[in-house]
Amino acid sequence: MRAAVEQRARAYRAPLNTPRTRLLRRFPTHWLFLLPMLLLVVVFFFVPVILNLILAFTDMTLSLRWEFVGLKNYVKFLQDPLIPQIAKNTLVYVSATLSINVIFGLFLALLTTYFVKRENVGLAFRSLWLLPRMTPPVVYALLWIWMTDPTEYGLLNMMLQAFGLPPLSWRTEYPMATIILVNGMVGASFGMIIFSAAIKSIPVDYIRAAKVDGASDLGVVRWVILPLLKWPLMFVTTWQTLSLLASYEYILLVTQGGPNHRSEVWSLYAYYKAFASGQYGYGAAIAMVLVAVAVIIALLMLRIFGFRRLMELMR
Amino acid sequence: MASIRLEHLTKRFGNVVAVDDLNLEIADGEFVALLGPSGCGKTTTLLMIAGIYEPTEGKIYFDDVCVNDVAPKDRYVGLVFQSYALYPHMSVFDNIAFPLRLNKTPRAEIERRVREVAKLAQIENLLDRRPAQLSGGQQQRVALCRALVKEPEVLLLDEPLSNLDARLRIETRAEIKRLQKELGITTILVTHDQIEALSMADRVAVMHQGVLQQYTTPEELYNRPANLFVASFIGDPPMNLFEVRYRRGGELELPGGRALRLPEPLARRLEARRLEEGATLTLGLRPEDVELSETETPEGFPAEVYLAETLGGDLLVHFRLGDGGDGPRLRALTDPERRVTMGQRLWLVPDPNKLHLFGPDGRSLLAEAEEEAPVPHPQRA
Repeated sequence: MRAAVEQRARAYRAPLNTPRTRLLRRFPTHWLFLLPMLLLVVVFFFVPVILNLILAFTDMTLSLRWEFVGLKNYVKFLQDPLIPQIAKNTLVYVSATLSINVIFGLFLALLTTYFVKRENVGLAFRSLWLLPRMTPPVVYALLWIWMTDPTEYGLLNMMLQAFGLPPLSWRTEYPMATIILVNGMVGASFGMIIFSAAIKSIPVDYIRAAKVDGASDLGVVRWVILPLLKWPLMFVTTWQTLSLLASYEYILLVTQGGPNHRSEVWSLYAYYKAFASGQYGYGAAIAMVLVAVAVIIALLMLRIFGFRRLMELMR
Repeated sequence: MASIRLEHLTKRFGNVVAVDDLNLEIADGEFVALLGPSGCGKTTTLLMIAGIYEPTEGKIYFDDVCVNDVAPKDRYVGLVFQSYALYPHMSVFDNIAFPLRLNKTPRAEIERRVREVAKLAQIENLLDRRPAQLSGGQQQRVALCRALVKEPEVLLLDEPLSNLDARLRIETRAEIKRLQKELGITTILVTHDQIEALSMADRVAVMHQGVLQQYTTPEELYNRPANLFVASFIGDPPMNLFEVRYRRGGELELPGGRALRLPEPLARRLEARRLEEGATLTLGLRPEDVELSETETPEGFPAEVYLAETLGGDLLVHFRLGDGGDGPRLRALTDPERRVTMGQRLWLVPDPNKLHLFGPDGRSLLAEAEEEAPVPHPQRA
């Protein structure tokens, strides 16, 4: 009996003081677990930013020579006649797309989780909206190019013709509206998913209580659901602002920023300067200014929305 | 204030029948408890009355007006949830004022009524706080205030006390009962706690697997359970139930062969039912209706002490019936002063006027044959 108890207890006893266990105890195991993520962040985030920072002080061109020129690129940036238009485009693009992403995403989430009572219908609808996100950007952009085709075979133009209207050249006449729609339609699904999850996690008793207390469906949304979505709303707004500031791939694919820079945003401009005209140094400087702007906006938003309180709330 | 009538109320979720053909009448100003184990359909019934769930079949009447198609907000019910469901983003004041704001009550009136109801529940000093800053008991009061502030026709309480600690529960129980009597609001309490139901309600509806078992006063429920389910569910410690054989001439044969002579009126009532000789019946004996005797008596049955538990005011003794202590288990409540030892032999003397007898179908045989109500339907009060 006693032997059996001792044998079973052996497994739970404190580790022995052997050379092997001493070595194990000193080994910084926590760093081992942190390493993959740290590597990822350092290699793909810190190193590029620092490289970019250095690059912005050079006059590097396609010949890839490191020639340091001081602040020349930044001076050039301030004198660049296109910058005011690029900045304005970026402001319009980011704020309009952000509104679609947040408001339309919220609308979709409310529709599919609260107003549509059948769970599987809402789920099917949400999955549908996720399709563009699962599609490769090139394919998604191609679909929009077909839709906005200037001939009478474009999908939007077919719709116009059904009403007896002449075909429109969407991408050249409304380039900004086009890129906002292209990004908004795919971007809204992010907010939709976050908001849907948040709405579903609201205890059903809150909604029942509000209904019994006299709230209509819209009242429930206004007084119960929206206040409880405060944090997800702030998170999605901040996240989307930052990701929109840096995004350009759909614009590049659909309008190429044209016609005549009318749909060219900051990150696309940096891309063109660096990779189309080979001015790596100047492109890096433009990107650096964008990084600085993004950091300032991010800090401001964290401050305004009181993210520190969000962290405290997570009890 | 309103009276409530449920007619053939049925709720199915897919293939699951949550509430099965429920008929219930609740008088104006009455306090009724829906009592049953979890999953018996009591909360489903409450949510149908509140208008959250739509009945699959049947009708709900408030004051003889069918409210099946009336939206929850137009039913004038106050609902207190087990979880309290206080909005975390609003202060206590705003939580209580919420129903008034929704029906566009003037600001001054809101202020007055919120303070009034808060005073009633003694939470005036908490109005500026957030729900997260309150204790469970305080949250419960706020939830009650929110339900009462709109002066509802019907007050619905869904397990309002089950999240409170034992002591607070007893206090709050009494307070709610007093409040209900003062305000005279028709009230329905859903609970799985029989003490709560019996102590607070005027009438109790016992439900089991969606079917109403018995609907009557707490005393009646305790003294004359209509069937085996109610008999075993009501009472703590629960009623002793064991099988006996019926003998013509007013005798029951207990396990072990001894006979129990039934009192004259009961014997005659059984005679009227024309039971077969040797029919298997279930005898019910409440632990408090059994006397213990140290010496053999003609009405007594030998039993062996199996275990004794002190409950404070009472001593609960577990027995095994029979000469050798090999019969069915049985519990008896007795004076804690009495000294009982394990294995001791005692004689149990049941109170002949407090016997409960159930037929093979589980229904009580104590009711007169002609007054026997079909079990799933309510007894009209």
